[in-house]
Amino acid sequence: MDVSDYEIMNTVSYDIAWCPGCGNYGILNTLKRALSELSIRPQDLVIVSGIGQAAKIPHYLRTNAFNGLHGRALPAAVAIKAVNPSLTVIAESGDGCMYGEGGNHLTHTILRNPDIALFVHDNMVYGLTKGQASPTSARGFETPLQTADRGGYSNEPFNPLALAIAMDASFVARAFIGDSEQTKELMKAAIEHKGFALLDIFQPCVTYNRINTYEWFKKHTYYIDDSHDSRDRIAAFRLALETEKLPLGVFYINPNKPTFEEGTGVYRANKDPVCMRSLDKERLARLIESKTGA
Amino acid sequence: MKREASIVLAAPAGYGVQTVEEALTTLLMASGLNVFATRELMSRIRGGMNSTEIRVSSDRVAAYMRHTDIAVPLSKGALQHLMTYSHVDKETLVMGEKENLVGLSSLSENQFYDLPISRIAAEIGGSIYSNSVAVGAIMALFDIDENLAIGYFQKRFGSKGDKVVQQNIDAYRRGSEFGQKLVSSGRIQIDIKRDPRISGHMLLDGAEAVGLGAIAGGCNFISSYPMSPSTPVLIFLSQHSQEFGIIVDQAEDEISAMNKGIGAWYAGARGMVTTSGGGFALMTEGLSLAGMLESPMVIHLGQRPGPATGLPTRTEQGDLKHVLNAGHGEFPRVLFAPSTIQDAFYLTQRAFNLADKYQVPVFVLTDQFLLESSYDIPPLNLSGVEVEKQVIRTDSAYRRYALTESGISPRGIPSYGDGLVVVDSDEHDEDGHITEDLLLRKKMVDKRFYRKLERIRKEAIPPELLGSRSCRFLVISWGSNYHVMKEALTKSERRDIAVLHFNQVYPLHESVTSYLGKAKKLAIVENNAGCQFGRLLQVETNISIPAENCLLKYDGMPFSVEEVVEFLHNLNA
Repeated sequence: MDVSDYEIMNTVSYDIAWCPGCGNYGILNTLKRALSELSIRPQDLVIVSGIGQAAKIPHYLRTNAFNGLHGRALPAAVAIKAVNPSLTVIAESGDGCMYGEGGNHLTHTILRNPDIALFVHDNMVYGLTKGQASPTSARGFETPLQTADRGGYSNEPFNPLALAIAMDASFVARAFIGDSEQTKELMKAAIEHKGFALLDIFQPCVTYNRINTYEWFKKHTYYIDDSHDSRDRIAAFRLALETEKLPLGVFYINPNKPTFEEGTGVYRANKDPVCMRSLDKERLARLIESKTGA
Repeated sequence: MKREASIVLAAPAGYGVQTVEEALTTLLMASGLNVFATRELMSRIRGGMNSTEIRVSSDRVAAYMRHTDIAVPLSKGALQHLMTYSHVDKETLVMGEKENLVGLSSLSENQFYDLPISRIAAEIGGSIYSNSVAVGAIMALFDIDENLAIGYFQKRFGSKGDKVVQQNIDAYRRGSEFGQKLVSSGRIQIDIKRDPRISGHMLLDGAEAVGLGAIAGGCNFISSYPMSPSTPVLIFLSQHSQEFGIIVDQAEDEISAMNKGIGAWYAGARGMVTTSGGGFALMTEGLSLAGMLESPMVIHLGQRPGPATGLPTRTEQGDLKHVLNAGHGEFPRVLFAPSTIQDAFYLTQRAFNLADKYQVPVFVLTDQFLLESSYDIPPLNLSGVEVEKQVIRTDSAYRRYALTESGISPRGIPSYGDGLVVVDSDEHDEDGHITEDLLLRKKMVDKRFYRKLERIRKEAIPPELLGSRSCRFLVISWGSNYHVMKEALTKSERRDIAVLHFNQVYPLHESVTSYLGKAKKLAIVENNAGCQFGRLLQVETNISIPAENCLLKYDGMPFSVEEVVEFLHNLNA
């Protein structure tokens, strides 16, 4: 597959809703490159998103797309993968969608361990609703809603990596879109990983977040050393708690977890996707017969 | 001589009322008698007070009856419980332990029959045999062949060893002797015509019928959060999931369940959710998504009294208005309200085909009464029951929301063909991509709302008329009230009354306006306080039903035959 196979603009002309300079452009281009290197046919890929600026991403490339409700991308993604495990399923949305509105779904999707990848565009601010705090905003972050006179945002910032590692998510990583090459490699690893893979992607919002800029992320991140053992959950958790400088790379991998699809039991004897099967009417007739008094 | 009989068993939860019920209904049906059983339960795991009514008849009856012929209180306080709800009267024979029969001054001594269940059970081997003693005593009143009971115990307890089987048979025989004494004393005589064909019937409750209907409809995905009284449908499908390849998921909440169901349809499965009013409230956001995506969806909603937590184990028809109006924005939907066990099967089956054909949410609206009532029916007939799949193989020019004359855009699924399937909760263009083209918006609404609804209306199921078209009075009813209306109409002997019963409550069949328009007097019977279906009929037909002709019940119990007979008697010009 070539990157151009994912270009939607070849066939139709769309008006992209992102601001010039938005980190989402970098994520979109990097995603196309990752998909192309993995040779995933657009027909065999489903991108499931929620609501927000990040959630518009499936409209800007050639793919099957399920752009659902705010916070609800994961439930739909879990079902899609279970019904047709031969599909590559990527859930993708912003920090508000995944960590705010969809927090309960995130927790329980980690526990289910479906074989899907989740890419969260984390810019620490709400873009689509015009600049309020997000679950990942820092304490003291000032917005027209979290006003300066009361000291800005007062919540503890949401720590998605620590949460995911605490729940024994099977793949946990973080990228910064300022480094497209590393982001692409992490995307590929997340997609190829068997089980649930969370990739939190730092991405500057050039309009509503004047604090967490490209320069800020460059200054406040570092690459996880090769000496880190990604199978070591405690070490991974320790990395996830670092706040002074934020680590980038693979935090944690647990390769030995059964997937949600396997747990349904419906693929034990029959590998055909559920969506391609038909009702066994004779079996139903026998079930009905077994319930008669005769 | 009684030509039909009602038996009521009562005891706190954990006393085995359901075990006795199962034995009685199985043996009665095997003897060629029609049986109907309905439960009323307190929202308790143990304790409280529960009762089961079993009606035995030659003709089909399947309604709750206030009068009891034979009451069997299985604990202290059980009789008091039945008296509170007027379930026991001067004609009732009360059979049970002496200590459970005392202290009720309104009943006379000669209504009581002492059945020393505990003593007999202890002699045989312990209190676990109490149930079989009670079963034996009751079955003797119906002159049930002992061999049927022996066969039943062998099947039921065979895995526990011969000794357990034999002791249950002994317990049954000892109970039976007491029952026979009662019969020979002439205090009770029951003679109900038997039909050997009934012994080959199926004994099904509403929840099993919905579950079987779902399987017959090709359901292969269910995600739900447990909630009374809808949970048995989820359990039924789970217990058959490996046999029929059904993905079963206990969701973290109903929001997730609904979005999973929609995701499942998107990928090519046939998904459903099962819930009650409170759970459905959380699903309304997802319902609206189904409307926008033009996703098929099947929602089973077992109603119980609300608002909020309400009465978790009781019945009501109180969620019609909610289901009809739920979800922001405008989109079509279909509401079935099964009248009978057969309906619960066939309408649930049909719900999947209709949802797939029109790409809309279809509701199967039941209630606790229907779900927890069981009766015998002839074996379900599968001829003509087909899974009508509508999914197409896409080509590279595929457009998910192609504007069509019928309003139906052919539905593809990912990876089946060369096309791409794009769906969006935003207003979208024919490709499924987000748009703010307001001219296109109007075309999309015309397509997914007006044009589809028009066609769905044409497929609406007509209401069933019981009685003559020329009757002076037309009494409306819907859903699980079918049998109570039918029986009450017969018992009222009012030949000037007809009943118009609905098992599809939205959209309405085109004949409805003419039925209502031609009736000289209209009345309605509903298990809610707000006359919700009456109001829907008023909106749809511009014809209203006078308030004095509305029989509304909202105490958590189903209508009794007696209440409806009285209402029909009192209908005057």
